[in-house]
Amino acid sequence: MDIKEYFSLVFSDYTLRTITLGTAILGAICGMLGSFAVLRKQSLLGDAISHAALPGIALAFIITGTKDTNLLLIGALVSGLIGTFWIRGMITKTHLKSDTALGLILSLFFGFGMLLLTYIQKQPNANQAGLDKYLFGQAATLIEKDVTLMAIVTGICLVVLLLFWKEFKILLFDADYTKTLGFNTRFIDILITFFIVLAIVLGLQTVGVVLMSAMLLAPAAAARQWTNKLSVMIVLAAIFGAFSGVFGTAISASQNNLSTGPVIVLVAAVFVLFSFIFSPGRGILFKQIRFWQNRRDLKLQKTLQFMFDIAKTHEDISHPHAIKILNNFQGFTKGSLKKMEEKNWVALQGQKWSLTQDGYNAAKNLYTQE
Amino acid sequence: MKKIAIRVDDLTVAYNYKPVLWDIDLTVPEGVLMAIVGPNGAGKSTLIKSILGIIDPIAGSVSIYDKPYSKQRKLVAYVPQKGSVDWDFPTTALDVVMMGTYGKLGWIKRPGQKEKKASLEALEKVGMLPFKHRQISQLSGGQQQRVFLARALVQNASIYFMDEPFQGVDATTEIAIINILKELRKAGKTVIVVHHDLQTVPEYFDWVTFLNVKKIATGPVKDIFNDDNLTKTYGINYKVAVNQ
Repeated sequence: MDIKEYFSLVFSDYTLRTITLGTAILGAICGMLGSFAVLRKQSLLGDAISHAALPGIALAFIITGTKDTNLLLIGALVSGLIGTFWIRGMITKTHLKSDTALGLILSLFFGFGMLLLTYIQKQPNANQAGLDKYLFGQAATLIEKDVTLMAIVTGICLVVLLLFWKEFKILLFDADYTKTLGFNTRFIDILITFFIVLAIVLGLQTVGVVLMSAMLLAPAAAARQWTNKLSVMIVLAAIFGAFSGVFGTAISASQNNLSTGPVIVLVAAVFVLFSFIFSPGRGILFKQIRFWQNRRDLKLQKTLQFMFDIAKTHEDISHPHAIKILNNFQGFTKGSLKKMEEKNWVALQGQKWSLTQDGYNAAKNLYTQE
Repeated sequence: MKKIAIRVDDLTVAYNYKPVLWDIDLTVPEGVLMAIVGPNGAGKSTLIKSILGIIDPIAGSVSIYDKPYSKQRKLVAYVPQKGSVDWDFPTTALDVVMMGTYGKLGWIKRPGQKEKKASLEALEKVGMLPFKHRQISQLSGGQQQRVFLARALVQNASIYFMDEPFQGVDATTEIAIINILKELRKAGKTVIVVHHDLQTVPEYFDWVTFLNVKKIATGPVKDIFNDDNLTKTYGINYKVAVNQ
C-alpha cells in the first residue's frame, strides 16, 4: 500500500479510519496541553509522568488478570498521578531542583515498572503477552471504544479550557500575582496537571511510555515559533499534533512493519525543524536575512548621513557635488550609490551627485526615531 | 489621627530554619508613600510577599483596614519584580494590563468592554498606549516595568505594593513612575515600595521602614531618615562611607 492508496482507503476502511482518527485526536489534545507544559517550563514533566505510568499498567494487570485497555489505563492514571504529586512534593518540601525530582521519579517508577513487566512475563499465564506494547505503543490495537474515550476526554478538556481560559493564562504568566488577586492557584495548577496526566495516559497505548513526551512538546514547540498569541499557539499546536498523527499513521501504514508511534514522533519533529527554520518571526532563516538587510541598510544610511553633512552646509540642498569626494568616506561603493538612486535619495549626473528632497528628509529623520 | 491601612503583627518567616524576617510589627497609616530599605538579604521582598500571602509565614498576622488580608484582597494591588516572569510569554502589553481586572471579575467571567477601556486608560497613564499591541518581549525593561505598573493601576486598589519598580529602568521611566506614585498618594492611596537607592528616599518618599531581618525603624522620613538608623540597618557608618 502506498500513501495514495492509504488516503483513498482511510474513509472506507474501518480499521484504518479508527486508527487515523485516534492518532489525530491524540495529537490534538497533546498539542493543546503540551503548550501549557512548554510555557510553564515543565517540558520534562510529561516524560516523567509517562514513565511513572508504567508500574500502574503492570499492577493493574497483576491485580485484575485482564488486559482490558480501560482497566490498564486506570492503573496508569493512578500511578501517573502518584508520580506527579511526588514530584510536586519533592520540589516544595525539599530543596531539590525540579530536574532532579523529575529524573528521580522517572527512573524510579520506570525501573519498578520494568521489574513488574519481567515478573509478569515469568508467570504461567497465557494472557500475559503484549503488555510491553505500552513501552513503544501500538496504534494498530486502537479500537473504536478507545477512540470514543479519547474524543470524550478531549471534549471535556476543551470545555474546561474555554471555561478557565483566563485563569490558565494568568497562572502561566505570573503565578504569584494570580495568588494576590485571590485565585486559588493550587486548584488551577492541579486542574492543568490533571489534564496533562490524562492526555499522557490516553497516548500510552498508541505512542508508548518512552516517546510520549515528544507528543506533548514537539507540536507546542513548533507552534510557539509562528505566533505571539497564546490562543493561536494552542490552536496551532493542536493542528500540528493532529497532522503529525494522521501523517505518521499514513506513513507507517503504507510502509510495512514501521511502528506507528515513532513515525508520528518523527513527523512531529519535522514540524519542529521546519518551524525553527522557516517561521517568519522567530525562525533562524528570517533572522539571518534581517541581519543581512540591516547590515546593508546601515551601509546605505552611513553614506546618506555623510552626504547629508555635506549638503546641509549649502543653501540649496540639491547642490551637486563630485562623486570623488565620497571616496574620502570609508565604506562607500558604486553599488550603494546606485541603490540610493533607486530609492530616490540621490540624483546622479555624470560625475556628480546631488541629494534629493526625499534623501534630505530621510537623512534628517534617520536617527531621530526612538 | 489617620486611619491605619496596614497592620503587621509578629510576622516571622524562615527558610531552612534561618529566619529571613524576625518578629516584624509594622503599622502603616493611610495615604503615605513608604519606602522599605535595607541591605541585600534583609527580607524586603519577603516582607511584602508574606503580607500578600505569596509566602507562608511561620507566625504572625496581617490586617488591612482592621480586617484580615484574605477578606481585603480587592483593596490591594501588587507590582512584582520585573524579573519574576518570563517576558517571552506569548501575549501583548494590553493583555497583561487586562490581567489586573481578573481579580474583580472572579472565576470564569471574561473581561469585556469595560475592562478593556480601563486597561487602555491605565496604559495611557503610564505612557504606553502606543505599545498596546506590542508583544511583551519586544518592550524595553523600562516599558515592561510601566506595563506592570499599569496592571496594578487597573486594579484600582487602595493599597499598592511594589517590589523594586525602579530596578533597571532609565531616568525618564523613573521620573514617570515616581510621578504616578505621588499622584496615587495625592488620591489618598497608600503605596509601599521596596527601594534600593538611598539617595532618593527623602525626595521620593514621606514614610520609610528600615529593615534588616528585624524591623529597625519605621516612621516619617523627616524624623527617622538619619545616620543613626542607616548605620543600624546597614552596619556601616553610611555617611562616612558615601563621602569617601
